Amino acid sequence: MIGNDPAFGPDHPQYGRADSPPPLSAGVSAGTPAAGFFFGGRGPRLLSGGGRRATVVSTISTLVVLAAIAAVFLAAPGSSEVRHTFFDPHDMWQSFVGNPKKGYYSVGAAIWLNIRMFLAAEVLILILALVIALVRQSTGPVLFPLRVLAMIYVDFFRGVPLLLVMYAVGFGLPALRLSFISSQSFAVYGVITLTLSYSAYVSEVYRAGLNSVHRSQVAAARSLGLTQGTALRYVILPQAIRNIVPPLLNDFISLQKDTALVGVLGAIEANQAAQIYGSTVFNYSSLTVAAILFLVLTIPLARFTDRLIDRDRQRRLAGAVT
Amino acid sequence: MTVDSQPSAIVVEDLYKSFGPNPVLSGVSLELAAHEVVCLIGASGSGKSTLLRCINLLEPIDSGGISLLGQEVTGPGVDANLVRRQVGIVFQSYNLFPHMTVLRNVTLAPMKALRVPRAQAEEAARELLTRFGLADKQGEYPDRLSGGQQQRVAIVRALAMKPQIMLLDEVTSALDPELVAEVLDVVRELAAGGMTMLIATHEMGFAKDIANRVCFLEDGMIIESAPPAELFTEPKDERTRRFLRRIVEAGRL
Repeated sequence: MIGNDPAFGPDHPQYGRADSPPPLSAGVSAGTPAAGFFFGGRGPRLLSGGGRRATVVSTISTLVVLAAIAAVFLAAPGSSEVRHTFFDPHDMWQSFVGNPKKGYYSVGAAIWLNIRMFLAAEVLILILALVIALVRQSTGPVLFPLRVLAMIYVDFFRGVPLLLVMYAVGFGLPALRLSFISSQSFAVYGVITLTLSYSAYVSEVYRAGLNSVHRSQVAAARSLGLTQGTALRYVILPQAIRNIVPPLLNDFISLQKDTALVGVLGAIEANQAAQIYGSTVFNYSSLTVAAILFLVLTIPLARFTDRLIDRDRQRRLAGAVT
Repeated sequence: MTVDSQPSAIVVEDLYKSFGPNPVLSGVSLELAAHEVVCLIGASGSGKSTLLRCINLLEPIDSGGISLLGQEVTGPGVDANLVRRQVGIVFQSYNLFPHMTVLRNVTLAPMKALRVPRAQAEEAARELLTRFGLADKQGEYPDRLSGGQQQRVAIVRALAMKPQIMLLDEVTSALDPELVAEVLDVVRELAAGGMTMLIATHEMGFAKDIANRVCFLEDGMIIESAPPAELFTEPKDERTRRFLRRIVEAGRL
């Protein structure tokens, strides 16, 4: 066991400290408020009211608030321990690059697994969720059994905690000892779980989007002699998807974070690598590193969404102000 | 397909249609010869729009029958898509596809339903747009056009399928008064070109000078059907007279 290796034990001069606080759970790491949120975006939207004076005032008030938060943090009785345990630059760097010889993985390398799982799951979710949504929206009597199945699916996977599904898939499928199904990696089971669970949510987002397209659009498309499939593909879906990009991306930001849950199966993703570092070295700055890496992933996605929405609106209203 | 005027363009026989418990059409019979222009008038809710939608197979009917260009279209085994390709319909609220440019709105159906190559579809579309004074709008998105322009695009979009029959469902009702004329001019041009048209309208003056025949609908029935000169000046039925009196009082005739 890595944790019991004397080289990494609590008394190790470099890694273990007698005064280390008891390990805290992973979620408590206090990220610094991201100043970029206030200043990085498009000014006019966040700072309503405009004008130089407004900018100065908002800048000052922001600085005051940040300074107050920092002061409380620094003045807290346990401040130095917390700073050491969660924000130690040396440990942050060590956990980021990793060191297999000392028994811990690189969090920076492990995040690639999260990214790959996220990308794979995202594609699968977009497809499966669309199929479910279309089945639920179908009207023909022939598809009735499928509609019921789709409804049960959505109810089930929205109702059962993702973590339980993760255990069921990650430990249940291998236990079946089937030739192909039972011999996949934990990352694959993780992707399957995320796809099963998120498809239920995303199918409802799709459904809302399909309903948001006015029925007259369907009538217009069909009246031109387009088949149902063609009308769906060229007329209904493009409008539906345009309407649901923000909630869709919201779900995908959430999905990016939930790739961390695959760690419970033993896959070495960023969160798991950070936990291993923490329990090996007894310093939890690795969790802060993982948190920062997740932020680095999710924030660009959010800005990307904003830009997509802006571009679409501008393209359709270009020059309307002239 | 029938090339020319032998069979009637539209035959509606004893058509019944209800939405739930509410009867909308109660035994409508109507016949249009090729190249004929017939206007449907009547109060809102009299069944004019539903009749048009039934003819385009956008609404299933309860009983009766519809034949278009000599073919029964309400029986079993009829491909609604094939029927609709020969019958253009234009709606009161334009219903352009907001996510497509004008050009794409017009070329979509020819390309996807008729498999016309893109270059050819676009050329045909530009020709039609030019003919109706919309040549400079082909790259625009619908929400940048005026209502009149949007409605003209909607007409062009329907025409791009080269339909033999056009159904117009109160195409000027959503327009500002000063934009009505430009759309009606387009319809007049179509009539002059020999297009068979069934037009639901509130524009009595327009009906008067474009229609070969005017049908007055009330409570889902055709009460009276006559050439406009006759129907507007000496209506036979009391209900027609009452309707026309109200129209005159409202200053719309």
